[in-house]
Amino acid sequence: MTTEQTHADSAQVEHAGMSNAGYVKVALILAVITALEVSTYYIDFGPLFMPSLMIMMVVKFVMVASYFMHLKFDNKLFSWLFYAGLFLALGVYIVALSTFKFFIA
Amino acid sequence: MADTALHTEHHTSTGLSNVKLGMWLFLGSECLLFGGLISTYMLYRGRVGSGPTPSQIFDIPFTSVSSFVLLMSSLTMVLAVSAANQKDDRGTTLWLTITALLGATFVGGQVYEFTAFYNEGLGFTTSLFASSFYVLTGFHGVHVTVGIIMLLSLVGILKRSNVPGSKSETVEMIGLYWHFVDVVWIVIFTLIYLIPV
Repeated sequence: MTTEQTHADSAQVEHAGMSNAGYVKVALILAVITALEVSTYYIDFGPLFMPSLMIMMVVKFVMVASYFMHLKFDNKLFSWLFYAGLFLALGVYIVALSTFKFFIA
Repeated sequence: MADTALHTEHHTSTGLSNVKLGMWLFLGSECLLFGGLISTYMLYRGRVGSGPTPSQIFDIPFTSVSSFVLLMSSLTMVLAVSAANQKDDRGTTLWLTITALLGATFVGGQVYEFTAFYNEGLGFTTSLFASSFYVLTGFHGVHVTVGIIMLLSLVGILKRSNVPGSKSETVEMIGLYWHFVDVVWIVIFTLIYLIPV
């Protein structure tokens, strides 16, 4: 067996996460959430507008990262690497925006 | 297929693929790049000067369709990865090509959008809002374009490959990049287009 084949085999075993039908289900859920997001632009959600939009955005983000990017099924070190960068960025830029009084405005 | 994670030891100090570790580290650092661009836009989105405001020029139905196209390209990409893991090179090539086409549709939409905005008086230097908007969405568009080039290159490589499934890790790495571009757009679409100034 060649090195190339061994590598391919290991990659195959590592990604035994979901069936193709499962991926289609996730995509359908993402499509429905996107439709709901767009509806907030036309329908007045009142004080729920911003929280609902933020929640839907986070749910979509996590679903793509967990299922399509396989973070849910992969070694946790990959999740740490990615989410460390993400939360570092969130922290840095929340502080940066706060210094410009963005949230008060 | 089992819903549990199965891991095969790689011949590395961590037992994990170094290529994959490097890719995740790269994607983590990309969060900082896009975080900076999104923050800059959020800060300057109200500084329109004498130019048009976001609510005057944004075409939400059009951008919603573009977002949907990019979202569906993530599905076709994950199906390509799945086919590659099953050593189905023909299926992999098909799904990669469809993904590239969907990506090209998204970029085409962005070019159309930029042209329409320019014709409506929103040049790159019209206002701080315009500059930060074009830089943010332009950077994202460049990422998608790079992704399309990688997808099409991979299709070419697969056509010349003699060992089925031998490029499954490469397909997976490009898949990770593509999904990242998608999650960045999820954030951009919500924060830039759907939240009014």
